[in-house]
Amino acid sequence: MKEENQIEINNVTHAYQTDDGPLPVLKNLNISVPINSFVAVVGPSGCGKSTLTRLIAGLMMPDEGEVRLHGEVITSPKSSVGMAFQNPVLLEWRSILKNVLLPLEIVSNNLSQKQKVDRAMSLLSLVGLEGFEDKRPSELSGGMRQRASLCRALVHRPEVLILDEPFGALDAFTREDLWQIMHELRKEEAFTTLMITHDLRESVFLADQVVVMSGRPANSQFVLDVTLGNERTLEDLYTEKSVKMLAKLRHEIQIAQGRSTKTEENA
Amino acid sequence: METVRKIAIPLSAIVIFFIFWEWLVWVNQWPNYKMASPSDLWPAFWKFKGLFLSYGWDTLWRTVAGLLIAIIVGTGFGMVMGLSRFMREALYPLLVGFNAIPKATLVPVIALMFVGADDMNTVMMAFLISFFPIAVSVSIGLSTLEPEYRDILKSLGASRFTIFVKIALPKTLPEFFGALKVAVTLAFIGTNLVEIIEPHGKGLGFLFDSGKISADYPLMFAVLIALAFLGILLYYIVVMLEKIFAGWAERAET
Ligand SMILES: Nc1ncnc2c1ncn2[C@@H]1O[C@H](COP(=O)(O)OP(=O)(O)O)[C@@H](O)[C@H]1O
Ligand SMILES: [Mg+2]
Repeated sequence: MKEENQIEINNVTHAYQTDDGPLPVLKNLNISVPINSFVAVVGPSGCGKSTLTRLIAGLMMPDEGEVRLHGEVITSPKSSVGMAFQNPVLLEWRSILKNVLLPLEIVSNNLSQKQKVDRAMSLLSLVGLEGFEDKRPSELSGGMRQRASLCRALVHRPEVLILDEPFGALDAFTREDLWQIMHELRKEEAFTTLMITHDLRESVFLADQVVVMSGRPANSQFVLDVTLGNERTLEDLYTEKSVKMLAKLRHEIQIAQGRSTKTEENA
Repeated sequence: METVRKIAIPLSAIVIFFIFWEWLVWVNQWPNYKMASPSDLWPAFWKFKGLFLSYGWDTLWRTVAGLLIAIIVGTGFGMVMGLSRFMREALYPLLVGFNAIPKATLVPVIALMFVGADDMNTVMMAFLISFFPIAVSVSIGLSTLEPEYRDILKSLGASRFTIFVKIALPKTLPEFFGALKVAVTLAFIGTNLVEIIEPHGKGLGFLFDSGKISADYPLMFAVLIALAFLGILLYYIVVMLEKIFAGWAERAET
């Protein structure tokens, strides 16, 4: 066990039982996420990325291997985890503030109601949703809903944040806004992130490491260390260094998709 | 202004309807046994006002009682079927088959099973006829809950009960109230079926039946209007409850 890793995926193999027999999804997968770092996972669609998030969240147990959070083997969901998905899954009958407060109603804590509200409000203002706390989710744009969803994932100060294509349904500019907000959040709060994405630029802009998963049954095919500093601007994505990293990732994805021959397609 | 509109529009529609009705009968010179006109109804109401009140009350409370049982049992069935695929597959065909039976045929069956228990029989019919839409809507509401909603709470270690109370239940409320609006009307039909087919001296259905026997056509029409009035009353009570408990599901008017 390595102390410095917040998330460890050790030799995880998993298959779904389907009507056509077992469907092997993950095979001998190994991923380590150091404390307070940000790892992005990319891979062909259907390769088992969402399965990986459900295993880390303790919503499923792997057939073989183990998932460790902070050195401890996961056997059930842990409240030290926060999750957000592509679908923000806000509860329509609650205001934005009450949506963000939801985890504090479930996770045991000794906060007073005022402390809970203060905590939620500070996150909401951090992501630029101040003044929208009493609105219903249906009154907000897609980008704003996703910001609220991020606040909800972080309100109980989880050690681990799991994001499954959180910005996948947003338009390009809104998505870039949310990238900046992710950086803001990381500056203010301490948490370890594992993010699934299919946007390579997103992975390079946000992550410290990018893991490329192979086609199904998936293992970790390639790991890229992102060599950008902590202070990143969108312009950094267009430097030669970034373009090289993106090209490398693109190449690995093509291998993962089983078409390593060059195509005209751009990343 | 908005509330004035909301009341004035349907009210004028009703007035126009009655005027049109009166005119239709007058133009065609229909005799009372073909079609009574609204102006004939008032005397009928007035003549039997005591009976309308007490029979109306019989019909109303038995309908509401049947409906309440339907809500409890229907929600119970809906929960069992919505949360367990096994139970859904097992119970669905049974419920559909039961619902397909014309309820009029059950009236004599129930009357024979529980001879003389008129209130119970009537309440039971109101319940039997109205619980199906509630069961179906609750089960669909629960079984179509997107897994991510569950995962959000489950990943925090929430129990099944917490997930049900915090997410499944409120999320199902709009469907539930949609079904309740249908069920209200059905429960009325159930009550009146018993009152008309097995008259036992109670309820508006019985008044209708006596009107038929004594060939008092204005009375029969007056009963129909009274039933419509009760139906509207109950329906709008449900609409009001829906506004209170599931108002969030209403789309903002655009
Ligand atoms: N509950 C399940 N039962 C059976 N097969 C599943 C289940 N969930 C996912 N799968 C299958 O497993 C594979 C991996 O799914 P997933 O982890 O969602 O992939 P990704 O998120 O990388 O697109 C897919 O082929 C999917 O159809
Ligand atoms: Mg997925």
